[in-house]
Amino acid sequence: MSSTWMTTRAWLLMLPLLVIMLAVIGWPMVDTVRLSFTDAKLIGSGGAFVGFDNYLKMLSNNNFQRALYATTWFAVVSVTAEMVIGVLAALLLNQRFYGRTVLRALLILPWALPTVVNATLWRLIYNPEYGALNAALTQVGLLDSYRSWLGEPGTAMTALIIADCWKNFPLVALIALAALQAVPRDITSASLVDGAGPFARFRFVILPYLAGPLMVALVLRTIEAFKVFDIIWVMTRGGPANSTRTLSILVYQEAFSFQRAGSGASLALVVTLIVTVLAIGYGMLVRRTAGSAA
Amino acid sequence: MERRSLLASILIHAAALLLAAVIVAPIFWLFVMSISPAADLVARPLRWWPGTVDFSRYATLLSTIPNSAGANFVASLLNSILVAGMATVAAVLLAVPAGWAVSRTPSVGWSLSLVIATYMLPPVALAVPLYMALAAFGLLNSVFGLALVYLTILAPFTTWLMKSGFDGIPREIEQAAMMDGASLLATLRIITLPLAMPIVATAALFAFLLGWDEFFYALLFTSDQRARTLTVAIADLAGGRVSDYGLIATAGVLAALPPVLVGLIMQRALISGLTSGGVKG
Repeated sequence: MSSTWMTTRAWLLMLPLLVIMLAVIGWPMVDTVRLSFTDAKLIGSGGAFVGFDNYLKMLSNNNFQRALYATTWFAVVSVTAEMVIGVLAALLLNQRFYGRTVLRALLILPWALPTVVNATLWRLIYNPEYGALNAALTQVGLLDSYRSWLGEPGTAMTALIIADCWKNFPLVALIALAALQAVPRDITSASLVDGAGPFARFRFVILPYLAGPLMVALVLRTIEAFKVFDIIWVMTRGGPANSTRTLSILVYQEAFSFQRAGSGASLALVVTLIVTVLAIGYGMLVRRTAGSAA
Repeated sequence: MERRSLLASILIHAAALLLAAVIVAPIFWLFVMSISPAADLVARPLRWWPGTVDFSRYATLLSTIPNSAGANFVASLLNSILVAGMATVAAVLLAVPAGWAVSRTPSVGWSLSLVIATYMLPPVALAVPLYMALAAFGLLNSVFGLALVYLTILAPFTTWLMKSGFDGIPREIEQAAMMDGASLLATLRIITLPLAMPIVATAALFAFLLGWDEFFYALLFTSDQRARTLTVAIADLAGGRVSDYGLIATAGVLAALPPVLVGLIMQRALISGLTSGGVKG
């Protein structure tokens, strides 16, 4: 069989997938670029060409800067916490103790819970009048009076981050645990014989095995965190006082609540650019980590 | 095996208990809320376990009396099954030939990488043109329109899974069958596909859960019972005028049940899927 025919056949087999992806993702992406240079409204006529107006307005706009800050804060804090807690949980689960299998199965639960259900659950827990968090904290004496955790700009973002962490640290833990189980036993015992303390053992013996898989988890979680919409929309809709309004929420409001499709599109493209740059940067990092770990 | 001191052993068990409590407490509380009488949930001090266990909300939500809360819930439940189901079937149908092609002809692999890279794109970047296009084709507030959009989320994922699956099936088996005179199509049907069936099943299950979980596009592109999915219905309940928190919790439990059961049953496949993804990237 000739290799040209093999290649042609491969393209033919991929054609349906590629056509659908081009039509439903490729074309809208191009159209978003076009829209971003117009003053189009969501409903009605196409809108006039306005050059870089939308971009210039956005960059000088306080809303954009605040949303960029809120998104970065959410992403950095929640992903860092998820990585740290996830690795600690994996190190624990790699020990031998009663009920380890059960605990490992439990780890699947938060991860399997639909994002919207998770957001709803925590919204109920944080409820200012009847929530379980207020009840628990007052009953043990840590809190004098009930607080509106999601209603105060000072606590809303932290409350969101905790809810996001709780759902997502198990993914990091599962990935880290699988990597830990790939560490050969004789290497850890050899390091023990050589007198390595627990921290030295983690840093020089175990971490090299974890680095590659953890980098992948880090990339995936960071991209997800920068795109975050669902959990925030259900829990706070970007409030209070816009303190949890991330970039995706801002784009949604601009394009769909205020129906300004043009400036919404320019905002959306900036978000895309940020995520792409992050992904490429991380990709290079992953390659380097994988190279040095191997 | 290294030996542990008594202190280390106690610390490890204490940490394990703490981790278990952190994981279980919120989920257990969701369930408790769903079976507590409404009065218990607004009591101060809060009752942590209901005076009388009350399962009536499950019956309320799953009833089909017209115009009741149940009818709305059941309609959105069916929409979720329909949209995620259609998108899953289509995603697998696209993934099997495409995954096989990339597995056997690595020179076209870059196009799959490109398809997978679309995962990076924030949905908000596609939302406006998609909204306009769906409106133009009369596919807003339609399960078919939503399923078409979901397909582009699920298909990259299923194709990548199928490709790794086919990678594990030696091509020598296919070549041997073709030496014996079987056509390519017959070879794939009789030899390769049956061997790949477990991966097809795994891919379909994950794809379905991905569709089940989706919220953003459903929020934008649906407006009433004809297409509104479960995630949007629950978000509406949570943000709406419902005074009985137990009802919201019950809806949450019902929506969480399928993925949680699948997650527990499929533990092994899930973890190996995660790790192969983690290792190969």
